[in-house]
Formats: sequence, structure tokens, C-alpha cells
Amino acid sequence: MAQKLAADMVSVAFEGLRALSNVTLEIPAGRVTGLIGPNGAGKTTCVNVLTGFQKPSMGRVMLDGLDISGLPAHRVRQTGIARTFQSGRLFADLTVHENLEVTGVGLGLSRREASLKADALLDWIGISALSDRLAGGLPYTDERRVAIGRALMLEPAFLLLDEPAAGMSAEEADELSRLIHRITDEVKCGVLLIEHNIGLVLKTCHSIYVLDSGEIIEFGTPDAIKASEKVRHAYMGTQADAEGEIL
Amino acid sequence: MTEILQVVFDALSLGSLYALGALGIALIFGVMRLVNFAHGDTMAFCVFAMLWPSVDAAAIVFAGNLPAWLLIPFILAVGAGLSVLSEIIVFRRFRNTNPATMMIASFALGFVIRYFLLMLYSSRPKSIDLWSNLGLPVEILGARIPLLQVITIVTAIAILIALTFFLKRTRFGLEMRAAAENFTMARMLGVRANRVIMLAFALSGMLAAAVALILVTQTGTADIQMGGNIMLIAFIATVIGGLGSLPGAVFAGFLIGAIATVMQVVLPPEARPFRDAFVYAAVIATLIWRPNGIFMPKSAKQRV
Repeated sequence: MAQKLAADMVSVAFEGLRALSNVTLEIPAGRVTGLIGPNGAGKTTCVNVLTGFQKPSMGRVMLDGLDISGLPAHRVRQTGIARTFQSGRLFADLTVHENLEVTGVGLGLSRREASLKADALLDWIGISALSDRLAGGLPYTDERRVAIGRALMLEPAFLLLDEPAAGMSAEEADELSRLIHRITDEVKCGVLLIEHNIGLVLKTCHSIYVLDSGEIIEFGTPDAIKASEKVRHAYMGTQADAEGEIL
Repeated sequence: MTEILQVVFDALSLGSLYALGALGIALIFGVMRLVNFAHGDTMAFCVFAMLWPSVDAAAIVFAGNLPAWLLIPFILAVGAGLSVLSEIIVFRRFRNTNPATMMIASFALGFVIRYFLLMLYSSRPKSIDLWSNLGLPVEILGARIPLLQVITIVTAIAILIALTFFLKRTRFGLEMRAAAENFTMARMLGVRANRVIMLAFALSGMLAAAVALILVTQTGTADIQMGGNIMLIAFIATVIGGLGSLPGAVFAGFLIGAIATVMQVVLPPEARPFRDAFVYAAVIATLIWRPNGIFMPKSAKQRV
């Protein structure tokens, strides 16, 4: 299994607008790496680049020593890099089980193998009861867990979660945190966690990158990030900071 | 009682034909968002594949003389082949264009097929005698039902069951349903897009061939226009059923068949020649009641 997924000086420009500039980051296997930043900082673009949904304008995406920047999304998935989406994006007219199955089939399994894998995975996450429900009718939290299950088909080496806790209650976020740790411990995945829920990120991640206006402005352990002046600045804005109203 | 039974069989057999037609359109619409107006002409093509090209009034039956166990697979293969060719030669180039462009392309393809037939066979309808003994009535619960009606209904049900099995139980069926709902996403997950689309076209072509076989046995004529009417009704059925919904298309096909048959019975004799006007009025009423069709797929719903 691959040990390291990395962005190496990646830049993305949309019609002259810079979404990412010279982003360099590393996601090690078996650990949870956080990516935080204000709205519009380029977090989702970053995930898109790492998973082949967006071609970088400059720079490379490296899987161990291998340059995978040019690969289309489904090839990237085959190399063992999976992701979830902000809005779940399950197949609403398929059952939960079929949503996982079709991913397995897409990755080259037979229907029977995919079905067995899906059973095992749903069981592992603890949502076997949802197996035959249509994905379109699921509550928000369940939908997120199914999306994670779909991404985990065939044990990817890296899992990129794009705001998995949005709309979750505190308890649900705690449960998610436990699930993420089980993924790193038992599946040995490297996880990249993008979240607005800073509490969840500080609690779950081993190390955290902070992105602002398309640039990495800080990297460190949760404690270091908590204490960082630069991060506070990016989040609260210069005005509030100058007036000393917050924190 | 026997009269009611007669009407029920009429309705079911007409509905079967419409349902199979609608299914052929809905399958392609599902994976490509293309309303394939060449579908009716594919039906006509399948019928003419039984004849030797000639502009004479009398049909020179060629493949049509094969025994049924060879003729049916042959015609199904012709339908599937033509349909897959249309995808490779025409529709593939329009895959990323907007749906209106694809629709116009399908109209154009329909004309090409129709005028190709016109060139080889002339526009005169030709009579073909295919399995005419199927027109003989059989007695069911005291009602005398033409055997062909019974066969039509049984065939349609068998096809529907087989297709359901295919879509639910096989990996290609699963891939097809995923692609029908969100093509881009399915592709990202590694579903092989070209294969799924070709398969949908092949199935749709076989459905066209099945309809063609039933039509020609019923009417005993081969006419280059013959697919036009059923194509129109099949298209309406897919719209009423909810574009993109396969069960919806089948249900609406049977519904239109039933409405048309019942109106034929209950309308006063003076109004019967205008039956279709009443049928289409019912269609308009349905669409006012449910503008997105009776069965809207979950995926088409706006999520809050």
C-alpha cells in the first residue's frame, strides 16, 4: 500500500482567477491530516486536484514516487485514492447496497464479489440496517456514512473527506470522529479531513494544514494551530483582530 | 362479462405495444438524455429487413420465410445492430451537445433511415403474410380472443420481467441504472460509459424489433411510415410516465392503451372517429395535473 499522497507546488487557475497557488502538502498513510480555511480558500479545489477531478495548472500530484497529476478521476480511484463529496452525491434511485456495489463493479469486481464486499463494509460501519433502503430517502447523517462506505470500497490507501460533518449534531460529529480513527487504524488509510467544524478537526487530526486565499499559511499539530497568530488572523479578519473584540 | 373481457384484452395488447415502444425510448433517454425520434424508423427498418429490396407492389419475402426460431433472433439482431450503429456513427458525436441538438440529430437520422427504405422499397405499402394463423381466435373464459393478442401480452410481460431481472441482478444492469441517474458520477466511479451506452442502444433496438414483429403480424402490411404513430404515442408515454423512469414509461404505455380502448367503446359512435383527440386531451389533462409525469425519478427531484 502506498505510504504518501502529496501535492507538490500545485497551482490552479480558473480563467485567470487563482484558486490555488503553490500548494505543497503531504498526507501520510495511517494518519488523519486536517485541511481547514475560511470559505473560498480553495479546500475543495485542493481535493479535486488530488483526486483527478481537476487538472492542476502547474505542479504535480505524487503518490509515493509516482506522478499521477494527469490521470482521469476513475484511474486515480483505481490507484487507491477515494473521496466523498460535500453533498453526498449518492445515486438516489439505487439502494444503499447497490451504491456500494456499483463502485465495486466500476473498480473491476464481479457483481457477486462487489455484493459481498458491500455487505462486509456496511456491517463494519454499522449501517447494515440501511442496506435495502433507497439512498435518496436517507437522512443527512446516514447519507454521509453511506458516502464514506462507498469511498471505502476495496480499501483505498487514501480517503479524502470533503466536509463530512456539515449539518451534524455534536454527538454525531463525535461518532464520525471515532469512525475516522477506525478507518486509519483498521483500514490503515491516510485520511484528509476538510471541515468547517474546527472542534472536530482539532480533536481528530494528527496534523493540520491551514489554507487561505489559495495558499497554505500554516501547518502543525492541533495545539500549534490553536495557538497560531496567523490562523486567528485569517479566520477573524484584520479588522476584528485590530479591535480585539474576539477571542 | 365476455364483452368486458374482450375490452380488457384489447386494452392490454394495445398497451403492451405502447409500453414496449416507450421502454425503448426511456432506456436511451435514461443514459443519454436523448429522445431518440429515429426509434419508429428503426421499427420500420426491422420489418423491411424481412423483404428483398424491390419497388414492386407485391412484397418479395426473403428472410421472412425463415422459421420463427430463426426469424425472431434475426430481426432482433437487425434492430440491435441498427441501433448500435446509430450510436457509433451519429449519436456518439453529439454526446456533449445539448439535448435539443441531439433530438434534431435523431430526427435527421430517422429521415435518413426512412428515405433509405423508400429508395429500396418505394413508398407503397406492401402486404406480408406473417404468421397469419395467429389471427385465429382462442376461447378464454367464454370470450373469443385472437391468439395474437394473447401472445402480444405474454411476450410483453416476459420482456418486462427479463429486463427487470437484467437491470436489478446483473452488473451491466446495475451500471446502467447508475449511469442513467448520474452519468458523470458513474463515470468517475469507473463505470465504462461507452459499453453501457452501447448496451442501452442494443436493448432499445431489440425492443423496436419486437414491436415491429408484433405490428407486422397484426396488420399484415409493411409500410415505411409504420413506426411513426407508435413512436409518437411511445414518446408521449415516456413523458407522462416521467422522463427517465422505466416503470413510469411502462405504466403510461399501458394507461394510454387502456384509455384508447375504453374510449373506443364508451364514446358515442359519431365521436369515435375523433377518438385520438380525446386520448390526447386526456394526455394534456394528465400533464396539467403532474407536469413532471406520474412517476418522477428520485434523482430528478429538487433536494432541500
